[in-house]
Amino acid sequence: MKLKEIAHSRTGDKGNISNVSVIVYEMGDYEKVKKSITAERVKEFFQEIVKGDVIRYELPKIGALNFVMDNALGGGVTRSLSLDRHGKSLSSALMDMEIVL
Amino acid sequence: MRTIRIGAGAGYAGDRIEPAVELMKKGHLDYIIFECLAERTIALAQQEKLKDSDKGYNRLLEYRMDKILPLCAGSHIKVITNMGAANPLSAAKAVKAMAQERGIRNLKIAAVTGDDVYSNIEQYLDLPVMETGEKLKEIQTHIISANAYIGMEGIVRALKEDADIVITGRVSDPSLTVGPLMYEFGWEITDYERLGKATAAGHLLECGAQVTGGYFADPGYKEVEDLWNVGFPIAEINEDGDITLTKLDEAGGVVSTSTVKEQLVYEIHDPARYLTPDVIADFSQIEVEETSSDHVFVKGASGKKKSGFYKTSVGYKDGFIVEAEISYGGSGCLNRAKLSEEIIRKRIDHRDIKIQDLSIDFIGVSSLYGESISSLSSENITPSEVRLRIAARSSEEKEALAIGQEVEALYTNGPAGGGGVRVNIQDIVSIASILIPESDIQIDVEYEEV
Repeated sequence: MKLKEIAHSRTGDKGNISNVSVIVYEMGDYEKVKKSITAERVKEFFQEIVKGDVIRYELPKIGALNFVMDNALGGGVTRSLSLDRHGKSLSSALMDMEIVL
Repeated sequence: MRTIRIGAGAGYAGDRIEPAVELMKKGHLDYIIFECLAERTIALAQQEKLKDSDKGYNRLLEYRMDKILPLCAGSHIKVITNMGAANPLSAAKAVKAMAQERGIRNLKIAAVTGDDVYSNIEQYLDLPVMETGEKLKEIQTHIISANAYIGMEGIVRALKEDADIVITGRVSDPSLTVGPLMYEFGWEITDYERLGKATAAGHLLECGAQVTGGYFADPGYKEVEDLWNVGFPIAEINEDGDITLTKLDEAGGVVSTSTVKEQLVYEIHDPARYLTPDVIADFSQIEVEETSSDHVFVKGASGKKKSGFYKTSVGYKDGFIVEAEISYGGSGCLNRAKLSEEIIRKRIDHRDIKIQDLSIDFIGVSSLYGESISSLSSENITPSEVRLRIAARSSEEKEALAIGQEVEALYTNGPAGGGGVRVNIQDIVSIASILIPESDIQIDVEYEEV
């Protein structure tokens, strides 16, 4: 199934860094999502867009992960040539990732 | 236990005013905050101030004040905003003039200054730029502004002096909320746990409707009622720093554990170390719980001693961006758009147009995600129309003009049926961030009274 069926997400930006949250609807899914959606997998998924490292942070009490992606916005909101300079659409792409429960 | 009710009146510079007016009328607020300053907005405001020394504050200041001044005067709701941008003093004078015109009396307007450190820029030239690692002096000749993210100190001072409206420049977004809480509850500035909690409240409020269902709706997955009329949030914060987030019953939108969680993680990096000028906040152990419909209780934030350095946004002129677009329709439109891409690339080489970066997008096909992610949702791309977008960055305007000209020339020299060329050239102001010592900052508060 797609990640979207069990989790939701929003993208934020600071400079040339994008952060994408992954928040489970049901706390029972948190450990499975944590196991499946690793920093490496997210880096691989966004390889055409994210040029730097991906670090994953955990917020266990609200069932959320935060992926901080360096060098992800083509130089940041002022310099980027991207149609979506803030990278707002990245969260929707990640929600299409396949997850096996 | 005593609680303070703070409403959010704006989540960005150009936000709607109607939800703020509704909150002031019906929200039983003690304070309303208007967060209107993005990272580079202040650099643009500095450019305006250079052209006219009375300007450089938020362009919607007068528009907003026209609606809210009568409500301030008739209630005891205090207004805290960073709409002063590059010029809080002029903003305060403008608000005073508006109050006088309307016959409003007994209003004290504070302007908080001290964030503008441009006059000290020489002493920071050897500091590394956080984004690039290069020394600031690499861009020295292009610098137009420097503003430090200051904290709640000036706001607290203004409130102690009975200000009704506090107008700041570059204050960190959560400080707009931390300030009134520090003042009301008399917390110690070393009470890092409560500062962390207040910062969480500020972080939840600062983006306005993003926590009340705005930017949340996704039909079939995340339903939001009456999004067209989405209400702005209210945070009720008690003396311990625990937060209940809600909205007006009659407003559209939703406050749920999901909307609160999305906002909590929004634009933060390490949740255990959210750096502000007031505190290093720790959101990693926060818990949220829906206590009743549209009421979410938030607890568990904490904090550590602040770093002693202020992040400072240095604005600098950074060349030009040209965006040129052309549409192709009908069968084979993607192939024709791709032929145009090839032509443009060859023309750039042939004419030796010096650009620093180039991006070519097929809008409606692969413009947001590049080829591989885009192909996940559309394996056989056969669009009936495609808009080709050529974007380039250059240090000289003439190079940007040349790119625009080449795309326009596709009208007579390119593949069949290209139409609707639009060319837009912008000169860019970018931001370089540096860290400056706290001791360099001198906060001052000035007052205007009617």
